[in-house]
Amino acid sequence: MMEAAEILVSALIVIGALFILVGSYGLLKLDSPMSRLHAPTKSGTLGVGSTLAASMVYAFVWGVGSVHELLIMAFLFVTAPVSAMFIAKVAIHRRRVAVEPPSPPEDSTWATKAAPVAEENA
Amino acid sequence: MASRLTRRIFPHPLLTLLLTLVWCMLINTPSTGAVAFGLILGILIPILTAAYWPQRPLMRRPYRMVSYILIVVWDIVLANVQVALIVLFKSNARMKPNWVCIPLDLRTPEAIAILAGTITLTPGTVSADLSDEGHSLLVHALDAPDPDAVRDDIKHRYERRLKEIFE
Repeated sequence: MMEAAEILVSALIVIGALFILVGSYGLLKLDSPMSRLHAPTKSGTLGVGSTLAASMVYAFVWGVGSVHELLIMAFLFVTAPVSAMFIAKVAIHRRRVAVEPPSPPEDSTWATKAAPVAEENA
Repeated sequence: MASRLTRRIFPHPLLTLLLTLVWCMLINTPSTGAVAFGLILGILIPILTAAYWPQRPLMRRPYRMVSYILIVVWDIVLANVQVALIVLFKSNARMKPNWVCIPLDLRTPEAIAILAGTITLTPGTVSADLSDEGHSLLVHALDAPDPDAVRDDIKHRYERRLKEIFE
């Protein structure tokens, strides 16, 4: 029983670390700002999630149990997309995207483009 | 009369439940005291903040949120592996990053926020912008030779379920 839990915890930590490593590698390897944005959002989900799951299994098997990890995951999953969206909006606003986004199927334009263009030498 | 009084005390019953649950999880050791204080917070905070959230959505089928979350978690695990393989073994030149436009059927702002968050959390896609009137969503896909397939997948898999929950 204990051995099975040990193997499970180790496996979860290794999987989490692996995904965080892939996320960091992707940040270096991918070439455009919008593509780069994909790498950290991935390590932020499964990488951190798997590490936290390992922490939870450890707490329930060897300690008194803990559910703080679920809260960390919940708050992370709520806040991470917001920062990702803001980075994307900055990239669109400063025209740092490789290909301009097509115009929306409904409405006149994208919200970010409705604002005046940023000054490049600012 | 009675129902109006209940709505005064519980302007947002699901928020009350959620706050109580979060408080109990923060305390981390199950006890009656934690539940009691959590309930006090869960009742007070919605009353104090009700004025700042006047047009809150009526969740028609809140219980379906559970199956939605399970589906999203499963998709996150699956897509993480796919994206990891793309990042590791596909050269930048052969990758086809693409913009995907999604015309929205959802009209509830909270539901659109959940949809945008879901899209960002599932690897391979990041929601980037909303149109000026909020009727379409701009999504960036890391490797999508066929943007229409991504659009249909998101509309069918997530938006349809959110529409059932909220509208």
